[in-house]
Amino acid sequence: MPKRNDIKSVMIIGAGPIIIGQACEFDYSGAQACKALKEEGYRVILVNSNPATIMTDPLLADATYIEPIHWESVAKIIEKERPDALLPTMGGQTGLNTALSLAREGILKKYNVELIGASREAIDKAEDRQLFDQTMKKINLETPQSGIAHSMEDALEVQKEIGFPCIIRPSFTLGGSGGGVAYNIEEFKTICEKGLDLSPTNELLIDESLLGWKEYEMEVVRDKNDNCIIICSIENFDPMGVHTGDSITIAPAQTLTDKEFQIMRNASFKILREIGVETGGSNVQFAINPVDGRMVVIEMNPRVSRSSALASKATGFPIAKVAALLSIGYTLDELKNDITSGLTPASFEPSIDYIVTKIPKFAFEKFPQAEPRLSTQMKSVGEVMSIGSNFQESLQKAICSMEDDKCGLEKILDDSELINDKLGFELTFPGPERLFYIADAFRCGWSLEKIFDLTSIDPWFLRQIEDLVSEENAIEGSKLENLSKENFIRLKTKGFSDQRIANLLDESYEEVRSKRKSHNILPSYKRVDTCAAEFKTSTCYMYSTYEGICESKPTSKKKILVLGSGPNRIGQGIEFDYCCVHASLAMQEEGFESIMVNCNPETVSTDYDVSNRLYFEPITSEKILDIIDLEKPDGVIIQFGGQTPLKLSNDLENYGVNILGTEPDAIDRSEDRKRFQEIINKLDLLQPKNATVSSLKEALNKSDEIGFPIVVRPSYVLGGRAMELVNNKDELGIYISDAVQASNERPILLDHYLDNAIEVDVDVVSDGKEIVIGGILQHIEQAGIHSGDSACSLPPYSLSEEIIKKLELQSKKLAEELNVIGLMNVQFAIKDNEVFILEVNPRASRTVPFISKCIGNSLVKVAAKTMIGKSLKELGFSNKLPKNMFFVKEAVLPFDKFPNVDPILGPEMKSTGEVMGIGRNFGEAYGKAQKAANKVLRRKGKIFISVKEDDKKYLDSIVEKIISFGFEIIATKGTAKYIKKLGFDVQEINKVAEGRPHIVDELVNDQVCLVINTTQGRQSIKDSASIRQTALRKKILCTTTMFGADALVKALENKEENWEFSSLQEIN
Amino acid sequence: MSFPCILALEDGSTFVGHGIGAKKVAIGEIVFNTSMSGYQEIITDPSYCKQIITFTHPHIGNTGINSEDNESDNIYAEGIVIRDYISKPSNYRSEENLDNFLARNNSIGIFGIDTRQLTIILREKGSLKACISPIDENNEESAISLAKSFDGLEGMDLAKEVTTKNLYSWNEGVWPDYKESKSKLHIVAYDYGIKKNILRLLSEHVGKVTVVNARSSFDEVLNMNPDGIFLSNGPGDPEPCDYAIENIKRALNENIPIFGICLGHQLLALAGGAKTEKMKFGHHGANHPVQSLKSKEVFITSQNHGFAVNEDSLPNNINISHISLFDQSIQGISFKDKPAFSFQGHPEASPGPQDIVSLFKQFKEMIDKNAKKK
Repeated sequence: MPKRNDIKSVMIIGAGPIIIGQACEFDYSGAQACKALKEEGYRVILVNSNPATIMTDPLLADATYIEPIHWESVAKIIEKERPDALLPTMGGQTGLNTALSLAREGILKKYNVELIGASREAIDKAEDRQLFDQTMKKINLETPQSGIAHSMEDALEVQKEIGFPCIIRPSFTLGGSGGGVAYNIEEFKTICEKGLDLSPTNELLIDESLLGWKEYEMEVVRDKNDNCIIICSIENFDPMGVHTGDSITIAPAQTLTDKEFQIMRNASFKILREIGVETGGSNVQFAINPVDGRMVVIEMNPRVSRSSALASKATGFPIAKVAALLSIGYTLDELKNDITSGLTPASFEPSIDYIVTKIPKFAFEKFPQAEPRLSTQMKSVGEVMSIGSNFQESLQKAICSMEDDKCGLEKILDDSELINDKLGFELTFPGPERLFYIADAFRCGWSLEKIFDLTSIDPWFLRQIEDLVSEENAIEGSKLENLSKENFIRLKTKGFSDQRIANLLDESYEEVRSKRKSHNILPSYKRVDTCAAEFKTSTCYMYSTYEGICESKPTSKKKILVLGSGPNRIGQGIEFDYCCVHASLAMQEEGFESIMVNCNPETVSTDYDVSNRLYFEPITSEKILDIIDLEKPDGVIIQFGGQTPLKLSNDLENYGVNILGTEPDAIDRSEDRKRFQEIINKLDLLQPKNATVSSLKEALNKSDEIGFPIVVRPSYVLGGRAMELVNNKDELGIYISDAVQASNERPILLDHYLDNAIEVDVDVVSDGKEIVIGGILQHIEQAGIHSGDSACSLPPYSLSEEIIKKLELQSKKLAEELNVIGLMNVQFAIKDNEVFILEVNPRASRTVPFISKCIGNSLVKVAAKTMIGKSLKELGFSNKLPKNMFFVKEAVLPFDKFPNVDPILGPEMKSTGEVMGIGRNFGEAYGKAQKAANKVLRRKGKIFISVKEDDKKYLDSIVEKIISFGFEIIATKGTAKYIKKLGFDVQEINKVAEGRPHIVDELVNDQVCLVINTTQGRQSIKDSASIRQTALRKKILCTTTMFGADALVKALENKEENWEFSSLQEIN
Repeated sequence: MSFPCILALEDGSTFVGHGIGAKKVAIGEIVFNTSMSGYQEIITDPSYCKQIITFTHPHIGNTGINSEDNESDNIYAEGIVIRDYISKPSNYRSEENLDNFLARNNSIGIFGIDTRQLTIILREKGSLKACISPIDENNEESAISLAKSFDGLEGMDLAKEVTTKNLYSWNEGVWPDYKESKSKLHIVAYDYGIKKNILRLLSEHVGKVTVVNARSSFDEVLNMNPDGIFLSNGPGDPEPCDYAIENIKRALNENIPIFGICLGHQLLALAGGAKTEKMKFGHHGANHPVQSLKSKEVFITSQNHGFAVNEDSLPNNINISHISLFDQSIQGISFKDKPAFSFQGHPEASPGPQDIVSLFKQFKEMIDKNAKKK
């Protein structure tokens, strides 16, 4: 059956900002869907609020709306665009939920839009726990014993039947948000209370605990003729109890016999059929009791998911693309398997002849108050995948890909601790590093049985780790020259990195590498082909291993290697993948063969058809130099992948690799304090007073010179890791004792903090001769809030022409001095009309994709082309913004996943993603950005204000407007007094410490619609934390800066019903 | 314990690895199987007689061996080739490891081999003659000449070697319940190397089964009053099995309902007047898409065959019912004028997907329909 002709246009809903539980895998799926449907001739209308995505590149859809993904906004876009169909399965839970809302609100019916890919009924059946349970019973499949509760009374009733421990999961929340395991009645009540609140339907599912059961996932694709195939089976290393997104996972499943596997396969198909997923990809999760094989169904997602991204990368089968094509009427047998150049049809099941391991990446270091324990609520912020010829190689490659400064199963036990207690705890209550504690347990002589008893991790996996540890023990302390070639090969076959071998032998990595090469022990590259070599493939999707013949077959073309950005983390996310993809595309446009190296399965860069050749490898010196040895590229691009590739610049330079663009030394000049100061002095620029210190004493001395408040941080970090604002010597002292440790004994940087300064980001592109400003972004939050967490506006909304000229001039001077070829980002602070330079980064910054969307021109492509000698003039680069438009970027923060963390902004970056708001004035753009970031700006009610002394002056203008919009104001004593003096009515309320009823009571009672709360000093922050935490829990918008408050007031000036929606294609 | 071992191919390629199982020399045709599960079922499948199986899945031995998953009472594979052998299995049903099982059944395995490279050789050159030998028994050179000494499967009637000596009856359904058949129908199954799961499915879906020797005469079978005749899978070349072809011709003449699988399918085609041919490297895996030409439905099937029915040779009274979507080769036929059909792949799966298990029900329906005609 060919594709449908009765449909001419399809709307695709993206997943919005990157959040925990919903990362850039949906950029991969959405981008594939857009491309596939556009190629088929459909008019594609895309809605996604996330400007850092590839899918929102204007070329990928016919009409691209970077707008809030809320049914009200989408409804207006539907009204304008009148799509024939809506494909809701590409945008994660956000896409499904929005589609459901549109259906519920009658929008789809009104405009005659057909849901394709998944019907409303199917989505309901899969997502609604009770319906799902009933559906499974109907087809004789077991689900965990469970009950539904809509109130605490219900919940207690259900608990009685099920017993402890039990698992609580709220319905319709992202990444299992708000769920947990309860072992006692107190925990039970706490989790239920939170869950009832978080669930949009106030619904909880309380499950029998399957802790310790084995967990599996099946990735299934179905077409409208009921042809079903399994793309991949995935086995979790971590048994039930840890969210699958937080588990180490392995593909294909390793510990099932065929009989057991087929039961699961048959069940998966039955489930898809009964749920009614007509076409597309779904994933089904199972748990198996390791004692008797009893199988229960955990859940299914009637859409492409994080696991389907993983399965696609693991097998080479493009699930999202195929799912999109199935949704418009094709059947599997009509589609070709691209990876075998169409030799085989898409209607087959991939067979793989290697092992894939995924390890999640966490960011607990960002949230010191959060308990670093894994549970049924997902907490990881990214993941890596690796491919190896065997599990051990695959696992060790994955560890190296993590960029956690680990090059293998390194010892992490601290000898000062009570080893048995510590191990017992870490094995029983999994944290992000359980894998390493398991290795340590073997090192300490613990038996496999004991480790199994504590972890319930399948002995199959434990034995592999045990063997790795014994290999390590065998060589530890011996000499490199005594390592026989045979043993060396065996170690490499088991995936030991050169660095790990070096550490074990107390040798340098370079020595090990050169010894290995002298033995001619070189990696061979094998191809990912979906078919275990049964058919020939011309697709260059490869991984390294240490056996047999190399299938890489490098070409003799002119080629450029692009190094990717590794796993997503806070501070380095999808923006850098965007940059790498654009760099690769730019090289192809210029006639080069582009070669990508990356290890993040969620990304577009690891799609095998984005670059000419793809190496799915850890971005480590060893692996990259090996690839360079083989490919001999004409140049390597390291500017676009964030810190990940930059860390390798020394190794690459020493190896004589041609690094394209700005010389790596420029990075050192801008990051090394001393050298940077020389530049500042030479160019006669200003920077806040600062110092570099390496001891507490020195710090205290220098602090007098610099003057408080002071921003302190370790050197060489991205995303403001461990950065803090201190107001006096005591706070400085506390910080230094923590941070010196946190920064590997690197020096500490002190900067004078410019109070209430406006921060500005400037991105510049230079070809070495001409320097052009890409964009000037004015931050909303003042300097001191990490630039990644700050909202910002393009163009600036309150800077004078004079200041802008100064910024441009200074940026150009810096670019010239640093001999920038490619991109450079400068962060400025403006105080009292003076311009201070905070930071210079001669590389792609987080803001580059955002600016590219605004100016309708890819800054990255232009920059990449300058790096191979093109001039900006030749490229005809224009930085013109559309007239009379404002673009606001807003950060999205993960505080809802870390309930014990104070949701306050500061100098350390905590956001996971970003959204864009587009408007005809700043207020409209800012309002849209807030909505897109899921910050609900209610239009009437009470506004609570409590601000620090210095901020009170800003109330003069804000309060008047607030009152004129019809809000009431409540405030704490000091603030209330100030407002009264201004001549406005205000209700006074106690601070929490002042006795009840206090402000938190008001918040809990839903009396407040907006919180404006600024603080100074550790004590004041601590005292007011419960206000912000309660506001977050109650979904009350809370701003912790005065500039933010001011922007909100501007947003309130624009009524939501008057918002206008224009596509990027219309704007540019 | 493993021992140094060598794998040699007729083209002169050699691979050195570690041996497991019986310390013996194995000579046969080497093929690759891309199934990611079910090594126990595969090595006990009589169709692999005189073959050496290369598993493309990296780890073999993971789930050990249990007494429920055997497809026959022996290991028929001449030898197996593995990348990484798992000696300590993990599965709640596991009773022993693969090494033991191979040793007990006098079969050999070699591991530590780049099975991907080996597969590419076989894909490009087709199935080859090969030899696995402990290194202390043969060096490269002698192993290669031993490989070359193998006669090849073409023209080789192996069905007569693996068939049951004595007839027996079977009345047990599928795992895990093994329910007894309540059907009154009686099926006679010609054993050319039959898999147990076929018997279980016949019993589960069709009726009681009597399994007879491949050379049993048609009259003998007719005396058993069969409601249907089943032609089993099996190893080797179908063409030399003239005795079987003759029996099938007579069954066709008698209008007795016939269902054939794999070798049985090829024999039915030969009896109908078609020809068979040797394939380059055959179909061995659990992910093969097969399409029903009538319904257009696609089934993912288990496959294990090195010979196929030649399309051009099909007489007019035989329809093609299924084709392979990998290479368009014939996967199923049915007679227009007789109650007879057959399937090239393995509807009984074991290992592999059970998408097309419905063929057993189809056999039952055909028998029922035929009974009404009488």
